Amino acid sequence: MKKLISKILNNDAFSNTLASIISIVLGLIVGLVVMVIFNRAGAWPGFLVMLQGGFSDGARGIGQVLYYTTPLILVGLAVGFSFQTGLFNIGVIGQFTIAAYVAIIIGGKLTMPASIHWIVALIGASLAGVIWAAVPGILKAYFRVSEIISCIMMNYIALYLVNQLVHDTHYESTTAMSAYVKKTALMPKLGLDKIFPGSTVNSGLFIAIIVAILVYILLYKTSFGYSLRCCGLNRDASKYAGINETRNIIIVMLISGFIAGLAGGILYLSAITKNYKISELFITEPGYGIPVALLGMSHPIGIIFSSLFIAYIIVGGSLMQGYGFPVETVGIITAVLIYFSAFSLVFKNKVNKFALHFSYKESQKTDSLKNE
Amino acid sequence: MQHITKIFPRIVANDDISFQLKKGEIHALLGENGAGKSTLMSVLFGLYVPDGGRILVEGEEVKISDPHEANRLGIGMVHQHFKLVQVFTALENIVLGVETTRGGVLQMEEAREKVDALSKQYGLLVDLDKKIEDMTVGMQQRVEILKMLYRDSEILVFDEPTAVLTPQEIDELIRIIKDLAAEGKSIIFISHKLDEIQQVANRCTILRKGKFIATVNVAEATNEQLSEMMVGRKVMLQVEKDEPQIGEVALHVEDLVIKAPGLSEKNKVNHVSFDVHKGEIVSIAGIENNGQHEVVMALTGLMPATSGKISLNGEDITDWSVRKRNYKHISHIPEDRHKHGLILDFDLANNFILQSFFTDKFSNHGFLNSQSIQKYSTELIKQYDIRSAKGPDTVVKSMSGGNQQKAILAREMDRSHDLLIAVQPTRGLDVGAIEYIHKQLVRERDNGKAILLISLELDEVMNVSDRILVMFNGEIVANVLPKDVSERDLGLYMLGSKVGA
Repeated sequence: MKKLISKILNNDAFSNTLASIISIVLGLIVGLVVMVIFNRAGAWPGFLVMLQGGFSDGARGIGQVLYYTTPLILVGLAVGFSFQTGLFNIGVIGQFTIAAYVAIIIGGKLTMPASIHWIVALIGASLAGVIWAAVPGILKAYFRVSEIISCIMMNYIALYLVNQLVHDTHYESTTAMSAYVKKTALMPKLGLDKIFPGSTVNSGLFIAIIVAILVYILLYKTSFGYSLRCCGLNRDASKYAGINETRNIIIVMLISGFIAGLAGGILYLSAITKNYKISELFITEPGYGIPVALLGMSHPIGIIFSSLFIAYIIVGGSLMQGYGFPVETVGIITAVLIYFSAFSLVFKNKVNKFALHFSYKESQKTDSLKNE
Repeated sequence: MQHITKIFPRIVANDDISFQLKKGEIHALLGENGAGKSTLMSVLFGLYVPDGGRILVEGEEVKISDPHEANRLGIGMVHQHFKLVQVFTALENIVLGVETTRGGVLQMEEAREKVDALSKQYGLLVDLDKKIEDMTVGMQQRVEILKMLYRDSEILVFDEPTAVLTPQEIDELIRIIKDLAAEGKSIIFISHKLDEIQQVANRCTILRKGKFIATVNVAEATNEQLSEMMVGRKVMLQVEKDEPQIGEVALHVEDLVIKAPGLSEKNKVNHVSFDVHKGEIVSIAGIENNGQHEVVMALTGLMPATSGKISLNGEDITDWSVRKRNYKHISHIPEDRHKHGLILDFDLANNFILQSFFTDKFSNHGFLNSQSIQKYSTELIKQYDIRSAKGPDTVVKSMSGGNQQKAILAREMDRSHDLLIAVQPTRGLDVGAIEYIHKQLVRERDNGKAILLISLELDEVMNVSDRILVMFNGEIVANVLPKDVSERDLGLYMLGSKVGA
């Protein structure tokens, strides 16, 4: 029995998961403290409602959690994929924004049969993400420009450019948002609206999960993925091994941009009510890419679960407003959680250390038994 | 130090070790890499908190929680890699951290007097106003020693102090250490060079795999006995090899020039030409930073040559990419195994395929063939006797230095190649592993491969190679056979004070 425990404790996947869970629990506790400071009376019931998250609203609530999960998986993958290969694509926001615009324009302006309209719009969106990511990729690969700086620049260019373009080309002045996309361009529901009536969850969820699996296969099963991970873990050794880093940097950025673009397309083609709002602020969804990737330890499968969790908290948080919490509190609590998710690695080391002492003591015991 | 125990993730680094240092004694600490020497010293300096045991200084039990506490107790250390500020003068480095000030103003004159007195007392002559960057390695080491003395250290720890010195400098250092002991200082001398231990130490404590083996009087033990205790079995100290069967020219380097980076007019490598034949081990000896590193970089394609020509088996490879050179032509055991040689976070299997992951053997239509990778790794681990807890799945980071080096060796030997470039292949390794690697190099030679060995260790150069080139200041200043030259002469070539054919 003890042996079994020690074996489980020493398992890598287990320590990863346990570390993430510890981060989450600590984050929630600190979040509760924040809530008490804001509003003592409402803190506990509000906290419970947040924890109940999507479940407090029946099938619709669960559907909404899945709906929020969809873009989070994709932006998390875009960031996590770049992390694993030693890059930091912080330009996911810009790639997402520009892709959203392309999706809206193709979906709103062109006329096509329903079976292909949304596909064309999604492809257009993804390609826009690719182009937006190519710029920092090329700058990094050939001129050693930090991708972080150039990505941030591209984010602002995307934000103001799309604001202007939406206003000039596809604008609904009564709502100060982009005009509607056509019904033919909306993501198919594939029966999800029957299971989760009243929610906007759609087939994008399946696309996101398929992309996560594909990224997993690419990274861990192909020789190309191997060379990418080499670059990510040790640049000098990759050079020594003769791996073409310049080419890898560009390809990673293109793939990452493709996934970010896909996320933007799927979100803005999800419902007739989802429109681009002209604003000085960035769209919020792609901003979750970094925390999702961190909490999921940049692993594609981990990212699916961390997206689910963050989406769950977002839905739960929106219900907290009924207990006298401003919507910003939810932001603070998710921020706290995210902050703790960055400590996952610290907790992982603690878990490993504990496991080690445990097995050491066990082996001492069995040794002394043998000696007797 | 009594019954010290320290546990790390997945390893017990010190298992109930007791170590006693007498006043005025030179006590050697001997052990293979990963035997627990560094851990024991880190415990002494308060860098690690031991999981068991206690430390007594002059009979009183002490708790050492950080290096300052160790300093206060009069324990000082000369690290293998000096901890000096390059752009400061010797004097500034010596007083750094314990400056005397009056009203916030440095009082250097008092410090100078004290340092002067110390350097006279122990015969440590150093130009106090010279900057560290302008000093030789031997001089820098003296600054480190003065630094300890300035802090009134009574217990001095030398961590492999001779690794970077020439024979002449080593003699000098041994004299200094003996003087220090004669003046009543107690000295811990960490090394795995048995000859030096014989020369300098009174007693020697041997550690193996984290366990205490014995403390012996050096005068009563032979080198063979010491190395047997250290490794746990009998070891050949001399490399056994036959006369080389020298074949045709494999590597031909002609008029190679590599410019120093930046605006400097000086060439790092200045018109160097040499050949390496099949079935021959040629070594390049020299003090660090005399152009050997750049020659290797140019040969392996990691750095472009400014001018000159490199050819292998008659083919001009000067403009080939790294991958093309790697593939079936050049194997390379790199100088820094952590930086270049391995991906520490990968497991062994993934490290074995570093240069050949894309070949048909390991890859199938772009997908890795994990079965054949596992099979290949298991074979290599068995063939080269690499100790690893989980076989091919062992994360390399968790392995000892010697086994990491064995893994690189296995990979580079097994890949098909005409030329093997080995850069300091035994650096930081213990006697057992060194013996093993030397044997493999000789075996490789006997299989008709050309081998270029770059080493800072004169023992190794003299023992292993069939021909010796010495580099000084970017040029080859000697091309000699080991039987025609003494270690002493090699030392002079390396210092540039003698030029041969």
